[in-house]
Amino acid sequence: MKAVYALYDDGRAAQQAVNRLRAAGLTDPEITVLSGRPMEEFEFGHIDKATWMWWIACGGGLIGLSGATALAWVTETWWPMNVGGLPTFAWWPNLIIMFELTMLGAIIATVVTLAITAGFGRGKGRLYDPAVSDGKILVGVEDPPSARLEALQSALSVTQDAVIKIV
Amino acid sequence: MDYRLSTVNRRQSDAQINSDLLRPLLRTSWRFYLLVLVFGSIVLAAVGAWLYQVNSGFGVTGIRWPIFWAFYVTSFVFWIGISHAGTLISAILRLVQAEWRRPVTRCAEVITVFALMIGAMFPIVHLGRPWLFFWLAPYPSERLIWPNFRSPLVWDFFAINTYLTGSVLFLLLPMIPDFAVVRDKSTGLRRRIYGLLAMGWRGTPKQWHRLETAMSIMAVVILPVAVSVHTIVSFDFSMAPVPMWQSTIFGPYFVAGAIFSGIAGLIIAMAFLRKFLHLERYLLPMHFENLGKLLLVMAVLWGYFVFNERLVTYYGNEPAHMAVFWQTQRENFAPLYWTMVTGNFVIPVILMGLKWTRRTITGCVIASLGVVVGMWLERFLIIVPSLGHKYLPYAFGHYRPRPIEVLIAGATFAAITLLYVLFAKVVPIISMWELKTPEHAPGGGHGEVPEAALGEVRP
Repeated sequence: MKAVYALYDDGRAAQQAVNRLRAAGLTDPEITVLSGRPMEEFEFGHIDKATWMWWIACGGGLIGLSGATALAWVTETWWPMNVGGLPTFAWWPNLIIMFELTMLGAIIATVVTLAITAGFGRGKGRLYDPAVSDGKILVGVEDPPSARLEALQSALSVTQDAVIKIV
Repeated sequence: MDYRLSTVNRRQSDAQINSDLLRPLLRTSWRFYLLVLVFGSIVLAAVGAWLYQVNSGFGVTGIRWPIFWAFYVTSFVFWIGISHAGTLISAILRLVQAEWRRPVTRCAEVITVFALMIGAMFPIVHLGRPWLFFWLAPYPSERLIWPNFRSPLVWDFFAINTYLTGSVLFLLLPMIPDFAVVRDKSTGLRRRIYGLLAMGWRGTPKQWHRLETAMSIMAVVILPVAVSVHTIVSFDFSMAPVPMWQSTIFGPYFVAGAIFSGIAGLIIAMAFLRKFLHLERYLLPMHFENLGKLLLVMAVLWGYFVFNERLVTYYGNEPAHMAVFWQTQRENFAPLYWTMVTGNFVIPVILMGLKWTRRTITGCVIASLGVVVGMWLERFLIIVPSLGHKYLPYAFGHYRPRPIEVLIAGATFAAITLLYVLFAKVVPIISMWELKTPEHAPGGGHGEVPEAALGEVRP
């Protein structure tokens, strides 16, 4: 992998770098921003924010509800047990099972969606610098065209103390 | 220094936070080995006692007809209650965006997972043939008997497993960015292990958003699950025709008691961590005071529920109920009952009601110890007096705990301490990335980004 990036101490400088990369013609998906914490107080921290996760969680809940209903129905009608004169398929106690599995479905759907959309397990070989863990904010471009390398370096030179690296 | 005005993340740099919170992971003191040795020995002794019980049968315990539920079920209910310390409290504080929660949440969530594991173990300890525990699971057995879905014990199976799954994930997800920090700060095998645990975390805006959205969803989902778990545990009792058990107040009474004991457990755990991991800069008196206020509210609520339960029973004047009632008020169980009232109400209301004791960590810990003892006794007093005084005299009986069950029940406190010590050795016990996130950040992830944050050029 070839990349050019800079490390900044504060979000304001990182925001300026992102803006200058955009002005240089790069789109948001072409810009890499890495930080050791959420940077929601800056505009770049809101890149790629839209998500269907809430709806997917609801879908997971519906699957859990359906599964619980089927499980309770199959269990109680295929192997009927007479308990205290209750109906063979009794709604009140079954609601408890349905509730729990609905919630379990929502939880599992949320975690699976997170793992897929956040790219868990796919970070190897991507642009990264351990200085991010110490609070630095990385702004850079992966696989930049050689012809534009100088322009990108110039765009990243937001502050005098910005460390610009090419890997 | 006015600790009310001080906040952790305004004073500590990212590097300082990394250094302080990774110290227990990267360096091992003699105290760690000592704690593991002491608590590990107690746990091993309890495992030995349990194996002896399995080999010899339940005759070695004090469990006799008609009191089949005693120390083990008391411990089951108690630990499930303690488990409400974490996920429930953490989820509430996340949803209301209580900023002071940041150093507290992980300490709390860990208690949930370990307390649930210990609590869920007791139904198995309570089995004469523990290797058949899987009969609880809904599977078609060769005997063509599926579990009875109308039994509260099967509801327990579903509720506890859902809560345990949710709580483990609720704990694990925010640990991923911290695993990445440990990965970056370590070398060799440790780096490879934490690299695997970090799952390629880099900290892109997309990853942070997805993580925070997932945590919000989990917080919303886990709250009703937590309430349901202890309500269902209360159904184990209130669905049975036993004096003083069939009560409509048991659900909320159990949930309130669980949160109450959970907060107490959390305060004790935080004080322990603060002392042994030198986290004085992160777990501030402010955190103890805020939890102390919650403890005070729950103590008053607990008193309200107990008053309701007792007064309604007293006015009902049913002979069987009154027999149990007087057992606890002025007969055999009265010393335990009034110790419970002292621990759960008198001590926390006085200590947490007075500003000068609430603002000291020692005051909070003493009140919490009273609550832990009181809540264990509460569970015991719900179970044993009622089972010993059912409707007809032929079903009256007494219970005397034997050393086996005292050791096993007592060792659970050593077990949770041991698990906590081991956990703090491999995972930062305070969420580092949440500490680094500034409080009241403009936009806060929910609103508009201020113009000042857009930078000098915005194409």
